This record gives sequence, C-alpha cells and structure tokens, in this order.
Amino acid sequence: MSEAKTILVNEKELVTAARAKVTVFDIFLQFLIIGATSFGGVIPYLREGLITKNHWVDDKEFVELLSISQSLPGLNATNMAVLLGDRLKGWLGAIAGIVGVCLPGAAIMFGVGIFYRIHGDHPAVTALLKGVAAAAAGLLLSTVIQLGKKSLSRRYDLIFVLATVLAVNRFHLGVPKTLVIVGLVAILFHYPRKAAKEGGAE
Amino acid sequence: MNSQIPALLRVFSYLSILTVGGGMAAFPEMEELTVKVHHWLEFHQLIHLYSVGQLAPGPNMMMIVAIGDWAGGNLGAVVVLIAFFGPTALLALIIGRLWTKLEAWPWRRSIQDGLASVSVGLLLAGTLSMAKGAVTGWTTGGIALSVLLIMLWRKINPALLVLGGAVVGGIVFMPK
Repeated sequence: MSEAKTILVNEKELVTAARAKVTVFDIFLQFLIIGATSFGGVIPYLREGLITKNHWVDDKEFVELLSISQSLPGLNATNMAVLLGDRLKGWLGAIAGIVGVCLPGAAIMFGVGIFYRIHGDHPAVTALLKGVAAAAAGLLLSTVIQLGKKSLSRRYDLIFVLATVLAVNRFHLGVPKTLVIVGLVAILFHYPRKAAKEGGAE
Repeated sequence: MNSQIPALLRVFSYLSILTVGGGMAAFPEMEELTVKVHHWLEFHQLIHLYSVGQLAPGPNMMMIVAIGDWAGGNLGAVVVLIAFFGPTALLALIIGRLWTKLEAWPWRRSIQDGLASVSVGLLLAGTLSMAKGAVTGWTTGGIALSVLLIMLWRKINPALLVLGGAVVGGIVFMPK
C-alpha cells in the first residue's frame, strides 16, 4: 500500500521534471513516432509514449483530457494531440502534436490514393478490398458498442441513440439538424439536478 | 488553378465540425457531399479508401487526403487536411483552456451526458451507412460478424483483423 503511494508521488515528480525540459521539437518528434507506429488505434500508443515513456502527463490528466476529447467534435487522436501539446508547450506544442500525429498517416494515404486510383479496378485488388471493407464494418460496429457501453450510463439514453440513427438513416434529416435537435433534447433531459443521486456507473 | 479547391475547403471544414464522437459521425454527410453532390469519387471508392485507412497508422480518417488529391491535386490534399482538422483543433485548444472554468458549470455535465448518446447514435448511423456498401452478401456479412465478435471477445489489434479480412476476401473473391 505504502509502496503504491511512493510510486504515485514519484510519478508526479517525474512528470514535473520531464515537463520542465520538454521542447516543441520533442513534442513533434514523439507525436510523429506515434503517428507512424500506431497501427489499429492511436490512444493506446499515446498512453504508452506520453505516460510510460516520457512522463509528460500522469494517468489522471490523460483520462481527463480523453473525456474532453470525446465530447468535442474532432477525432479523439487529433483532439488529444492538441490538448496534450497545449498543456506541454502552449499553442506551438498543440500544432507540433497534431502535425506530428497526422503526417505519417496522411503521407501513406496519399500514396495509397494514387495506387488505388490506378489499380483500384483490378479484380485482385477489388477482391482484397471487399474483405477489408467488410472487416472494417465489423470493426466499426464493435467500436460503437464499446463506446456505448462506456459512455451511456442510463438505459433511456438508448432512446436518443435510436432517435439519432432513425433521423439520419431513415428520415434523412442530415447530421447537423439531427445533432442540434436530438442533442438539445438529450441535453435538456440531462438537466443539472441539484443533489439528486448521481448515475450508478459514475 | 484547380476549380475544386474552394469546394474542398468548404466541404471538409463543414464535415470537420460534424465529427462528434468520431470521424464516422460525419460519414453520411461525407457520402452525400463527396459522392452525390460533387462527384469527387464513387460510393464504393469512399468505402474502400476508408477501409484501407484502417491499416495505416495514425488518426483514422486520413483517407480524406486521397479525396483531396483526386479532386484538387497536391494542393487539394493539403487543403483538405487543413479544412478537416483545423476547425476542430482550434475548438479543442479553446475548450481545453477553458476547461477548468467549465468544470464547475452545472450544465457542463448535462451537455457531456446528453451529447454522449447522440454521438453514439451518429457513429452508429455512420457505421450503418458504411456497412450498407461493405456488407453485400454472405461472405462479407460473415467477415464483418466475425470481426465484431472477436473484437468484443478479446483485446486484439484491429489492424490484424482487417488484414485477416483482406486474406478471406482475396481467397473468396479472387477471379479464378
């Protein structure tokens, strides 16, 4: 028990010491490495690179930033790069973070785009891509389910999920209108309750 | 020089602010604008590019670079990147700095909880739009279902499963 406490204190000291030394270039380089190696999802690699390897943030701050990232528009990965970069070195750090994390993937997809434009209609390429697209669809659905399990605390939230899906896919209301209408109702539904008992999952 | 640049800028900065919950939240609108309105590519190409993107490292919507390049050349690729990531990055920067103040605001929690369900819904809607193009028969349905079940059952690198999908697709659909 006391050992765990010591580790925690050390972690805090480590973060303070590491942050004092970090430069904008360090941030760029670290995010570039993450951008180039994060196969299958950026967040675990961010955790590894920023907490374990460099001690630039501690776990608590990381989780807090992740929760901000998730409730803002934008991809988790790029929002995290901006938020972390900004905490480390202000707006220059934020730019270094997001450019670093995007650059490798962008360069790869630029190349893929050129290749696909030339060879995309080749029957062998089409065969592979059919399998890739099907797998990606299954993957996406699992992401949605996992996110839903994690972020929906009350059963009635499923009504808003369903309303959103129907509005977009069935009634073709468009994403912006759906976002405003269903979003507003959902927010009002979750109006701040004074001293009411908090949701169990919290 | 290229007449598509302003349209690319407009479309992708608009899509940027729709990505609540994740990139796929903007997918139905992306399909509408890039395929049906501007004809920069076809629906199956959009699905293919997005899916191959799952094999690349980094944030998962980088396939937009390819769309930018096709429609507007090198400049188009750069414009699309800035348009798609700029607005939300700026917003994240501002909100991130205001956060300590926002945290005590009672409605902050309401907004987060309310938007959580809508963002799951938007992601699901985007996923279903995409799956409509990707799951077209028993084999593709089987691949999608297998990946879904494996992901829910075990922690495994998703890129490996996408590669697995390529292998199965290659075996089944390869012209003899």
